[in-house]
Amino acid sequence: MNAAIIVFPGINRERDMAIALARSLGRAPRMLWHRDDDLTGIDLIVIPGGFSYGDYLRCGAMAAQSPVMRAVRAHAARGGYVLGVCNGFQILTEAGMLPGALLRNAGLRFLSADCHLRVERADTAFTGHWQRGAVFRAPMAHGDGNYFAAAATLDRLEGDGRVAFRYAEADGTVTAAANRNGSARGIAGIFSENLRVLGLMPHPEDLVDPLLGGEDGRPLFDSLAAALAA
Amino acid sequence: MTVIDAALARSFGLNAEEYDRVLAIQGRTPTLTELGIFSVMWSEHCSYKSSRVWLRTLPTTAPWVIHGPGENAGVVDIGDGLAAVFKMESHNHPSFIEPYQGAATGVGGILRDVFTMGARPVANLNALRFGDPQDARTRRIVDGVVRGIGGYGNCVGVPTVGGEVNFHPAYNGNPLVNAMTVGIARRDRIFLSAAAGIGNPVIYVGSRTGRDGIHGATMASAEFDQNSEEKRPTVQVGDPFTEKLLIEACLELMQTDAIIAIQDMGAAGLTSSSVEMAGKGGVGIDLDLDAVPQRETGMTAYEMMLSESQERMLMVLRPDRQALARAIFDKWELQFAVIGKLTDSGRIVVRHRGAIEADIDLAPLADQAPLYHRPTEATPPPLPLQTPSDPAGLAAGLLRLIGSPDLCSRAWIWDQYDSTVGGQTVRRPGAADAAIVRIEGHARALALTTDCTPRYCAADAAAGAAQAVAEAWRNITATGARPLAVTDNLNFGNPEKPLIMGQFAAAIGGMAAACRALDFPVVSGNVSLYNETEGRPILPTPAIGGLGVIDDAAQAVGIALRPGLALVLLGSTAGHLGQSLWLREIAGQEAGAPPPVDLAAERRTGDFVRAQILAGAVAACHDLSDGGLLVAAAEMALAGDVGAALLPGPDDLPPHGFWFGEDQARYLLAVADPAALLAAAAAAGIPARPLGSTGGRDLTLPDGATISLHALRRAHERFLPDWLDQPGV
Repeated sequence: MNAAIIVFPGINRERDMAIALARSLGRAPRMLWHRDDDLTGIDLIVIPGGFSYGDYLRCGAMAAQSPVMRAVRAHAARGGYVLGVCNGFQILTEAGMLPGALLRNAGLRFLSADCHLRVERADTAFTGHWQRGAVFRAPMAHGDGNYFAAAATLDRLEGDGRVAFRYAEADGTVTAAANRNGSARGIAGIFSENLRVLGLMPHPEDLVDPLLGGEDGRPLFDSLAAALAA
Repeated sequence: MTVIDAALARSFGLNAEEYDRVLAIQGRTPTLTELGIFSVMWSEHCSYKSSRVWLRTLPTTAPWVIHGPGENAGVVDIGDGLAAVFKMESHNHPSFIEPYQGAATGVGGILRDVFTMGARPVANLNALRFGDPQDARTRRIVDGVVRGIGGYGNCVGVPTVGGEVNFHPAYNGNPLVNAMTVGIARRDRIFLSAAAGIGNPVIYVGSRTGRDGIHGATMASAEFDQNSEEKRPTVQVGDPFTEKLLIEACLELMQTDAIIAIQDMGAAGLTSSSVEMAGKGGVGIDLDLDAVPQRETGMTAYEMMLSESQERMLMVLRPDRQALARAIFDKWELQFAVIGKLTDSGRIVVRHRGAIEADIDLAPLADQAPLYHRPTEATPPPLPLQTPSDPAGLAAGLLRLIGSPDLCSRAWIWDQYDSTVGGQTVRRPGAADAAIVRIEGHARALALTTDCTPRYCAADAAAGAAQAVAEAWRNITATGARPLAVTDNLNFGNPEKPLIMGQFAAAIGGMAAACRALDFPVVSGNVSLYNETEGRPILPTPAIGGLGVIDDAAQAVGIALRPGLALVLLGSTAGHLGQSLWLREIAGQEAGAPPPVDLAAERRTGDFVRAQILAGAVAACHDLSDGGLLVAAAEMALAGDVGAALLPGPDDLPPHGFWFGEDQARYLLAVADPAALLAAAAAAGIPARPLGSTGGRDLTLPDGATISLHALRRAHERFLPDWLDQPGV
């Protein structure tokens, strides 16, 4: 079981992600510069957060056109696992690997604060170490995290059980106040059709150490470790 | 054709005597490019001509100091073979003219000062002063500055972990934006700027050069007038994406032995970097401007030498490593150009389109730079304070104070700064008196803070500056960390006015005394003078950036209360209300002397507190500063979302003096075993007083008044969002 982190120019949470993956997988992931497109032997591809190409066009739009994304798409088509967090989520939507788009936060300001996320299903490779309905804390750090999709797309996502996480209060209630970036239906993360590609905005990788405020994010990586070992 | 004469020199900021000196050094009329080089190198911003005589009196050494002032940033040994590299720098003038870009490029510039020395930046902080919230301009400036700091820092992926904000009408036309960066390097791999090796190539890397920021250093060395907004073209534009690439490319190259010397192109761009590198190395330098990567066509030598385009560095490389270096910069898609070589001439020679545009002997450019012993005049002592009675009572006073601009929650600001990127932020903004950032792969962590109380400095610059140092030391101590060193950012008005120069001299004296008494040397810093608009100066603001280290991050404590603890006050309380926030906000006066700073008491009390924290006896600790004891208790309750019941103060002090006085050298601790702490304090000769207990959902005051945490939080958190999120910013 091998994990690789793709580093585009301007990505900046690759170190955080490598620490979190190493903690759960027991070995350091491969750091893959975006010009390397050999994904042979890789089981899990992670696209971390940051500002790829400065996000000077739309967030993630430039990276989505990068040649390595062809290899990522092929990996996903083969049933490989892909995790995109924050800018990584934006890149996956821009690449057409996940539906919808991430718009400017409703408040039009960058948002760096903890949020609570409700786990919408616990029978996936990413969420197996949670219970359905569990609530965990994760830091947000984004200017464009306002998830948007057409109503029909949202209905289909919900109907197919592809909503991974929703912004919620600490008790699990989904409220407008808990949804600070204004995402449609409080959606913080979604799966691909085969449940093997996950994109989410908040950063579970920044909460995997009690010293840094808790281990709330750790089940994501423990789940992946178990799935990849299976 | 531009006529080069004393009048042009004057418009470049050189006075008649300074221009005469240029003529003498050159032995002829200088070219336009030469005049530009002299004027920026001799500007206040680059030459420190008014401040140098005073800066020399600051203590700058300690066994753990590796590099003090004079390098791009200060360097201290933090153990484990590592060094912390840090500095604070102002971007005040640009941030008034164009708040977003001014603040953003301030962050970019200080980042470069740190990674140019081989350190990976791990934390940013900022010290901000804005005008009266009632002033129409203030809202736009606050909004732009906060967005600019976030826009740059968030994108480069360096967490912004701390800082401070004050509001005062004295900053109406002249906000202060002081940005601090801290980086980590191997202590045996520090990179310096002294060029060496005759014939070695001089390499330009980073962004292309454009016409932005020309004469920025000169602008930063003059007062503002009504037409200052016209200076917008002198403000640079930041590109944090390129900065991120530059950080990674430089750090990758620094893993090799290719670099002999490196310097960022900051104020005065190519001029100051080339002059300083050659000057420090005692060599000459030839520059070929035709080779400089350019963003615009038709740029002149004068424009290229004076441009302050951002995200650029100058390096001297080993010739046999040039190809290796080029490959790294190609990988990161950055410009890499050989633009000159080192010579044995001792001169800087600038060629462009076949002509020699500048030829200056470097020794007199440095040695004959103006140095002024400007006259000083003491600030008259403030009017004595008539001890006021309390018109509000404790509960109403507390609610008003914690909702006031200077004490209200800063969450609106922090929430726009990424404070967790890097995955090492142990204590985020507001969680502890100093931010705690662990060093990746180590148990060790840094404790970081910025501090200054300008209203104290205005009343008594020496006491105020000593207080700023003491508060930084205390904030680091209150987490359990060991304070190591400071960087300073000395913001003052026009030094040609004796009163201002008197403030400056007194502040340096106060800082020096405090730094000596607390073993807290100054290792880097920046001076920003001419902070005046239409003749009105800012409050003297010697901002202090403090750095400490704690061997095990798990031992650090924050300010958050937990239930079931006892509160204990350490230190002496005389009920000092002079220059306090209570006096200003509740009694409506800015009067009296600031609180006296007893450095021996600071040292004794702080060392005791730190030992108690490291012994595991302390659950939470908060130093007492703005707003005094009751505000500190309220902040601790809010941080932990846990209430407290407070005991009455001593009979011989009026309650408002005890609860809102700003006496120094005090800490409020939450402990499980108060008897043990009181006994230890008695044995150490530290005044200690039981102050109450924690628990519940209310703050119960000694007069019986009860404030719910909910009401306290509403009062505390309302001001900034109500003011700044309304439409129309």
